[in-house]
Amino acid sequence: MSVKHKNLLGIEPLDKVEIEQILDGAKIFKELCAGNNKKFPALRGKLILNLFMENSTRTRSSFEIAEKRLGADILNFSASASSLTKGESFYDTIKTLESMEPHIVVMRHSSPGSAKFLADNIDASVANAGDGPHEHPTQALLDAFTIREKMGTLTGLKIVIAGDIAHSRVTRSNIFLLTKMGNDVVLSGPATLIPREIEGLNVKVETDFDKAIEDADVVMMLRIQKERQKESFFPSLEEFNMLYGLSRERLKRLKEKSIVMHPGPINRGVEINSEVADGARSVILEQVSNGISIRMAVLYLLAGGKINELTH
Amino acid sequence: MPSEKVLMNAETMGRTIKRMTHEILEMTGGCKDLLLVGIRTRGDHIARRIADTIAGVEGTKVPVGLLDITLYRDDLITNVANAYLKETEIPFPVTNKKVVLVDDVLYTGRTVRAAIEGILDFGRPRYIRLAVLVDRGHRELPIRADVVGKNIPTSSDEMVQVHVVEEDGQDEVLLLKKDGE
Repeated sequence: MSVKHKNLLGIEPLDKVEIEQILDGAKIFKELCAGNNKKFPALRGKLILNLFMENSTRTRSSFEIAEKRLGADILNFSASASSLTKGESFYDTIKTLESMEPHIVVMRHSSPGSAKFLADNIDASVANAGDGPHEHPTQALLDAFTIREKMGTLTGLKIVIAGDIAHSRVTRSNIFLLTKMGNDVVLSGPATLIPREIEGLNVKVETDFDKAIEDADVVMMLRIQKERQKESFFPSLEEFNMLYGLSRERLKRLKEKSIVMHPGPINRGVEINSEVADGARSVILEQVSNGISIRMAVLYLLAGGKINELTH
Repeated sequence: MPSEKVLMNAETMGRTIKRMTHEILEMTGGCKDLLLVGIRTRGDHIARRIADTIAGVEGTKVPVGLLDITLYRDDLITNVANAYLKETEIPFPVTNKKVVLVDDVLYTGRTVRAAIEGILDFGRPRYIRLAVLVDRGHRELPIRADVVGKNIPTSSDEMVQVHVVEEDGQDEVLLLKKDGE
């Protein structure tokens, strides 16, 4: 079986089988990398361009590690160092990059749809590493992988996503993925941070966080960007923490087997309290290390590799 | 319809594997430090049977690893190979061990080349030997098997298929000839 798409632009165009295939591939890569050897020559001779037009630490380094483990050649571009600052149009930048004959381009960009624009104008395969508030597919995939690994299933779960829903590309990709796999997704946060249109995506909205987390299997907290407070989305960080922060008291009311996730970077004392972030239920750091396995699987598939269906 | 000829049935295959087992033990001087690594997806079953036979003869369980060579292929990018990434399980150190690679059919030698590279990524064995059920010739690399179940001269428009009970429901080796090609 192989993903029939040339690009990974988002979760929305993928079907259930394709999602499972990426997760299975990540499982194989994770097991392989758990041994002494972490490097495989599968993408030897392939050139991968990492085009980061917006700042990113974890996604960028995670992709870079995945690329190195697969033996690819890497070229890094960042917005500040590129000709875009000299007035070159995005289209011209793409055409310049294309003449370098990359096999895969990994891109982070602040504009929604930029990944598709890139894919439409370049021969190489494109992996979207976040296009504005639109999608961040590899983050959703690594979240799903972590849930499947921890809960033993990726279907029939109640998954709460809470915090700044409005400005989160992670949420959109996660909603697509988790509902496709047959989970109940509940969004929670101040009404000012939940766009009304999102209810059309087959999710429930519960602005009372305490009600939302009842019977939850997974609680996924999103980062509150502190600068949002100045934009009057909520009165104060302290109040936000009181109403929507994942505290020890709230954690105690969760189901025994439930897990706490966060795509990072975390704001301690805002959306999540320290003792929860560092506690036994937290899988935040595992999410980061699983990200490498997911990106290996994605790059491997985009390069034309195929992954065997695992027997679960 | 391609024509089909049975080269080995379950009985002869069983006998051949027994003989191969004895040859392997003779070559390695017993089970001490011996590891069998089967190349997926047929070599691993043959490796397990060799290990079972060794257990019967010597009373020792020899560790069996499974190696998937997909990531080491030289034809992944050109997509010639219809190869699917599978799990590799070598849960033991290979350094200073006597590794015997086991595969069903030896043909161009490219799979074995990839398997050697794969094993070396796990450590530095004392040596690597190669045991195959069928050697059909047509090598493209300077590789030969140390233990061979059966030499079968073939032409390149023929195909040798090894079937095992575990995967295919039946033990047999078939020679397939494509018609009109």
